[in-house]
Amino acid sequence: MRTPVGLAVIGVTVLALPLVAAPYYVTLMLPFMAYGVVLLGFNLLFGYTGLVSFGHALFIGVGAYTGAVLTTKFGVRHMELILLAAALAAAVVAAPVGALCVRYVKIYFGMLTLAFGMVFYTFLLKFYRLTGGDEGMRMLRPHLLGHEWTGFSKTAYLIGPYYYFSLAVLALATLVMWRIVGSPFGLCLKTIRDNPLKAESLGVSVPRHRWYAFMISAVYAAVGGALLATPTGNVDPTLAYWTHSGNIVFMVLLGGFSSFFGPILGAFAFIFLQDTVMSVFPYWRLIFGAVLALIVIVAPGGLMGLFTRRPPVEAARP
Amino acid sequence: MILEAQDVRKLYGAYVALDGVSLSIREDEFVSIIGPNGAGKSTLINVLTGVLAPSAGRVRFRDRDIAGIGSAALARLGMARSFQLVQIFPELTVLETLQAAVVSRQGRSARLFASLRADRRVRTEALEVAALFGLADRAHSVARALPQGDKKLLDVASAFALQPQIILLDEPTSGVSTADKHAVMEILVRAAKQIGLRAIIQVEHDMDIVFGYSDRIIALHQGKVLADAAPVAIRADARVVDMVIGRSAPC
Repeated sequence: MRTPVGLAVIGVTVLALPLVAAPYYVTLMLPFMAYGVVLLGFNLLFGYTGLVSFGHALFIGVGAYTGAVLTTKFGVRHMELILLAAALAAAVVAAPVGALCVRYVKIYFGMLTLAFGMVFYTFLLKFYRLTGGDEGMRMLRPHLLGHEWTGFSKTAYLIGPYYYFSLAVLALATLVMWRIVGSPFGLCLKTIRDNPLKAESLGVSVPRHRWYAFMISAVYAAVGGALLATPTGNVDPTLAYWTHSGNIVFMVLLGGFSSFFGPILGAFAFIFLQDTVMSVFPYWRLIFGAVLALIVIVAPGGLMGLFTRRPPVEAARP
Repeated sequence: MILEAQDVRKLYGAYVALDGVSLSIREDEFVSIIGPNGAGKSTLINVLTGVLAPSAGRVRFRDRDIAGIGSAALARLGMARSFQLVQIFPELTVLETLQAAVVSRQGRSARLFASLRADRRVRTEALEVAALFGLADRAHSVARALPQGDKKLLDVASAFALQPQIILLDEPTSGVSTADKHAVMEILVRAAKQIGLRAIIQVEHDMDIVFGYSDRIIALHQGKVLADAAPVAIRADARVVDMVIGRSAPC
């Protein structure tokens, strides 16, 4: 009962935020919501399937560049179409990449995903004519629900229509992911995470399920990447760089990968912690490194683990 | 004939683990495979369950060649197994473990948007299997928190939840206390009757269990079948007694 009430309070707060908070803080919510979508998908692979990808920024890059290419080169400005195209592009890329990667586990899987991420990063950096090289590409303001929102300044557009659009996408992505982890497929992913040998003996096709999870997580990352591109108005190769993949892993650890909502909390904490620390201390990565070490040693359940005690005997996870 | 191996050889480099093993399992049989360490029992189980492809020879399950097809495919065809070392899903509950087996058997393991929580049929079936193995009152317990004996039962119960035609049990009473091992076997036999299991194969070291429950015993020695006969004949076979069972075998 506590969870629905808590979610309702959070929902009302988030809905009312543009009306009560300073625009600066509202714009900070935009990357949070984009990363929230990315991390929901990432955690299907990490928390539910037991595979840690160190190259997931590849798919964020695919989504962001899909948006940039569509708006600047093809004149497609409808955000709904951009999100669909980003999801499709990610699925096309993830199908062969995932098919290769899921044949390996543990560090080998992580290193393979990292390698593919770096291949894509180099492609973005070196194929200047196609990608704009290190300068990247512009992401033109997309239309939302068929409206151009021409009467809105950039800030008004971002903290108004785009804020609520991003929130709706995050809510939809959360609902879909909730269904997925509560489905027979989600249960079978957990069996693979816990014991692939046993899962196989029960008739669960381990490589096939891992591949599906990889594809879904890639689609989520691309949708998040497309959402991420609009507020900055520019996409560049650092979106696909390995340190960005590292940030994704960090966010999930920060929020807690054992909980459904942990990654979303991790995205929120990361964005606002980064903003706060950067404003008072130039060496913010020093602080983040210490925080990461602290989480791994003291609170492996992440921030969510501090709020919810893990039941030792009776389970209640979705 | 449910399961048949013909002249199966399995080599690991130059080492011959199985050397021309032939056996057949008929309907309604409880067959035990015995042998000293290194006789090739584990290799034989892995070949029979499709985990390992034989170097030579054929393995057929219900007239279908199953050599090396993998345990997932074999489980879907109707052959289940349990392991010598207990294999569980530590973070899943007893109910979730059995639900996973049920949805896998139903061919619904890749259903993305069906709600498992709302599926009463799967839940009821999983709870029935839990009750069959005396795990109903622990249905919501996380597997890692179960006592060792219950973990073993859960491992076997999840294989039974597949409603297989044949099940291969690798030392079903290993890790179970001497006082509890017959109780575990009684549960297994009762469950087998209830789900309509066609045959059981077990690999077992405990001769009390082997002679107490088997219709037929296959003795392996150095990768070959030393004897394949009813328990009475096995007990009377001097070679088996000397090389496999020992003189202190139960009478």
